[in-house]
Amino acid sequence: MLGEALALSAVLFTIGVIGVLTRRNAIIIFMCVELMLNAVNLSFVALSKVYGATGQVFVVFTMTVAAAEAAVGLAIIIAIFRHQRSVNLQNINLLKG
Amino acid sequence: MIFDLAHPSQLMQAFGPDLLLMAGAMVLMLWAAWRPESNEHQRAVGMASLVLIAATMALCFWYSMRGLSSTQGIIAVDNFRWAVDIICLLGAAGAIALGMEYNAREHILPAESHVLVLFATSGMMVLAAARDLMIVFLGIELMSVAIYVLAGLNRRSAKSAEGSLKYFLLGAFATGFLLYGIALVYGATGSTSLVEISRRTAGQALLLNPMMLVGTGLLVIGFGFKIAAAPFHMWAPDVYEGAPTPITAFMATAVKAAAFATFLRVWVEAMPGMGAAWLGPIWWLAVAAMFIGNVVALSQRNLKRLLAYSSIAHSGYLLVAVAEGTTRGATAFLFYLVAYTLASFGAFAVVIMVGREGDANNDLVDYEGLWHVRPALALAMGVFMLSLMGFPVFGGVGFFGKWYLLTAAINAPRPLIVLAVVLVMTSVVSAGYYLNVIRLMFMKARPDGAPVPERAGGLTRSVVFIAAAAVLILGIVPGRLINWSRDSVPRTQQMEAAAANAVH
Repeated sequence: MLGEALALSAVLFTIGVIGVLTRRNAIIIFMCVELMLNAVNLSFVALSKVYGATGQVFVVFTMTVAAAEAAVGLAIIIAIFRHQRSVNLQNINLLKG
Repeated sequence: MIFDLAHPSQLMQAFGPDLLLMAGAMVLMLWAAWRPESNEHQRAVGMASLVLIAATMALCFWYSMRGLSSTQGIIAVDNFRWAVDIICLLGAAGAIALGMEYNAREHILPAESHVLVLFATSGMMVLAAARDLMIVFLGIELMSVAIYVLAGLNRRSAKSAEGSLKYFLLGAFATGFLLYGIALVYGATGSTSLVEISRRTAGQALLLNPMMLVGTGLLVIGFGFKIAAAPFHMWAPDVYEGAPTPITAFMATAVKAAAFATFLRVWVEAMPGMGAAWLGPIWWLAVAAMFIGNVVALSQRNLKRLLAYSSIAHSGYLLVAVAEGTTRGATAFLFYLVAYTLASFGAFAVVIMVGREGDANNDLVDYEGLWHVRPALALAMGVFMLSLMGFPVFGGVGFFGKWYLLTAAINAPRPLIVLAVVLVMTSVVSAGYYLNVIRLMFMKARPDGAPVPERAGGLTRSVVFIAAAAVLILGIVPGRLINWSRDSVPRTQQMEAAAANAVH
């Protein structure tokens, strides 16, 4: 079971990374980041079956942090939408050089 | 006194300065939100924040003087922690002092901006203390989430929002890597405690475990993003340009110092055996950061971007000390961190003084002939540029920083001669843009119609003056600083055992 869970977590993490690298919509990129974090959570839960509760405690912390990050992140995306009327990263290119 | 970290009350005492800062910051947050936004309120909260930082710093000094230590646990009580705390608190005090006047000029009225700096600083202090990967993760997030908001502080500026978005997306992406690295290291060793990891990896078998190797690699990538080392640096120039300048200074100094210190501690304490296996990747990271940072800086026209690339190059210099991985390397690391923090902060403070409302006048052309209109400002900027470059005497402490880095690299058990040569060569390249700023300021005539920089407020001027004076004075008498750095290096159990044997 452990092997399968870790493999699934690795696959989910990779999908998240590919999503971040290929998508251009800020919200979808953010969703892919969340997918990465949750893939890691799966690893922690699977590993805690072997090593005890540390992994599960870590998952609780990760979820809390991810929630705080989501609150700040969505606020930032709203701020950029007010300026650009778009959340597409291709239209967001004031800073260059 | 030895804290027993298994006891909650003693754990709280060991967390003393961190708790003082966090509790104070929460009270100040309530006060900041209590009254309507106004410039007076913003200044009052800023002043209270400075007082809180001074109190925390005094407590850190007091703790460090008492020669405290602790049992093995989730946090460290050692001089390295206090040294990093003091560097980060200095950065925070500078950012708030600059911010009070900068925010008034840019009409950024929310008083919470200063409190967010305090929250970020408490995250840095948690990071400096962390001796468990769980605490490392919490500290990094506590710091980063506050910095994401600070980067986008100027709501009227599209650039600020854009920088904030880029920092947030890439920062969260890097957090994913860091977290997966922690999960894999936990999977390979069965523990998140740094001491426990080093004990379990002492046998060579685990070091070659693929899970451990991938985990360590992901940790390096995650930290690489946070310290803005090439090739993970692409966010830095955009974010540094877009963020309000006091926050840029804060990011370039305190954030980098905290992330680097944690990297060093994890490296030295958890993976002493991994050092040899990972010398190659760290070596290439250092070379890439020094090379890319210095070469790309040559083509920059905006001073904030130029300093961003210079900070990437300085990450490379600091990575040389991490690659070296011994006590001597860690001493050079701390010394360099102080030198870099002072010079870099001073340079950003000058950028604020030359700049005008709307974050304008940050280009190199705006510095032409500065000597003819504001000689003191030009002299201070000259000192900071020479210090960042590592020029003797006039560059003050920056020269000794590079000197100690080089001697540490050459005298390492495995001498890093090539790395030392690259460090010197890229420093020569860096003269191309640091000296260019000086040439523009002193040897060009002030263009007709160029506005004379307004006289900045007392806080901004005192930040510039203190930074310049500290750079020059520490450059004449670096002895105390080097002794302090030597006493503050992180110690592994093997090193402590060796020291104990030497005494008996």
